[in-house]
Amino acid sequence: MSGPEFEGTDGVDPDLVSEGDDRGGSREGDGNADGPSPDGGHSPGPSTHTVRLELVDEPGQLLAALQPIANNGGNLLSIYHERGNKTPRGRIPVEVDFEATEERFDGIVEALREAGVNVMQAGTEEYAEELTIVVFGHLIDTDLSDTLRRIEGCASASVADVSLAAPQGTEDVSSARLRVEARAGETTDALAAVRSIAEEKGLRVVEPLTGVEA
Amino acid sequence: MKLAVVGAGAVGRSVVELAGEYGHEVVAVADSQSAIVEPEGVDAEAVLTRKAEIGVVGDDDPDDALAADYDVLVEATPTTLGDAEPGFTHLKAALERDRHVVLANKGPVAERFGDVRALEADSAGDVRFEATVGGAIPAISTVEDVEPGHVTAIRGVLNGTANFILTRMAAEGLDYDHVLAEAQDLGVAEADPSFDVEGTDAALKCVILSNVLSFGAADDLESAREFTLADAEVAGIRDIPGSALRLAAEDGRTVRLIGEATGETVRVAPRLIPENGTLAVNGTQNIVQIETTHAGRLNISGRGAGGPETASAVLGDVGRLE
Repeated sequence: MSGPEFEGTDGVDPDLVSEGDDRGGSREGDGNADGPSPDGGHSPGPSTHTVRLELVDEPGQLLAALQPIANNGGNLLSIYHERGNKTPRGRIPVEVDFEATEERFDGIVEALREAGVNVMQAGTEEYAEELTIVVFGHLIDTDLSDTLRRIEGCASASVADVSLAAPQGTEDVSSARLRVEARAGETTDALAAVRSIAEEKGLRVVEPLTGVEA
Repeated sequence: MKLAVVGAGAVGRSVVELAGEYGHEVVAVADSQSAIVEPEGVDAEAVLTRKAEIGVVGDDDPDDALAADYDVLVEATPTTLGDAEPGFTHLKAALERDRHVVLANKGPVAERFGDVRALEADSAGDVRFEATVGGAIPAISTVEDVEPGHVTAIRGVLNGTANFILTRMAAEGLDYDHVLAEAQDLGVAEADPSFDVEGTDAALKCVILSNVLSFGAADDLESAREFTLADAEVAGIRDIPGSALRLAAEDGRTVRLIGEATGETVRVAPRLIPENGTLAVNGTQNIVQIETTHAGRLNISGRGAGGPETASAVLGDVGRLE
């Protein structure tokens, strides 16, 4: 009784989330500039970084892009390859998560650029909080791609992953699970944005109960 | 204590049946059509048999029960919205005679909390209402013990019918309509399940908890914010597709109808929670989670409905009035 079901992002427009290079990686309000921690003393341990890359659709490009990360002390965690999705320049967006210390991170970004890889976005704190949301209703009739694009269009959120279940076919009620990444402290805004887009399209949202899971 | 029990539904009948076990005496019982008043105490078994067989509790008029010589009025008529009548009038009559009131009916404390507190302030009688939230679960007395000013939020699963439906849908991969029909067969859901599945019942409980927090933390009655159902943001579980629960399960989560009360906001909605988390109680179970400033998080789960369970909360309140 299971119908079509697929995973992956659908219609996520990467150029909507590429404005991030000027954020400088510092959290608002903590007065911390980039670079080494001002209290000095010890070097901080590795933290998780995400870079968003733009690759030419040719064999070997992904490997070529990963090598500068591995060769410069980055520990690869996950690679999200949005095949089938093109940037406005006709290239393929790839999101790579890896662990590295702060000093090594700067070296990695530099090495990527030297290797000719376009780094669209690099930072540890661009999307620091993750939310899982389930949306249901006439998702396909109301243009799921458009729904996702509009969530992406909200400054505080990025859709990292989508799973769709449409057991009754595309014309009936279906459900989607979205993994939404939100900037630190902006999960409420991200949820409000999802809620208002859903309301407009007559979709229902099952929001996560946040701040309770600890 | 001498009890007058008004309302002869599952809860009222269980109070009549169990009062003796808790050391109390029922001197009057009323349903919507009839009443029995016995200053020496009613014969519980005879009253319940009569109710079961011919649908009335006695030969007296319902007003006679309200006029009887009791210490505590147990108000167990069905919850009504808006003016909360006739429950509110019953409560008022008792307080004006300086008698205590124990509510199982949510209406007066969900829709007219300020009026109830004002009447109580002018009376030698007190009003208690543990049974209105979470059945057997001592939610309100726990909040009182911790002190409302030291509670930052209360959340939980407060409707057994909705929880049963969501649990079965997730466990069996069945659709809403199928599970609802099953719940109706089992007597877990009413023929008209709207009150439960649309979130109204859970919202009323959260409104009551918000009133407890708000009035409990305020310096005086005038400065407390009063909540009614109109202040609650409510979404129910009707029409949730099985596919939504399946997608949640694939990610280690499940969906529960969660109510939240903070003393500032009231919200009821289906929410994603960890499948094995504390709040993911199963079947008709309820859970109340209380966030406190100094005592951390308290969780109390148990049976949120049922005649004897709710009657135990009523009789616990009666005990606190002694």
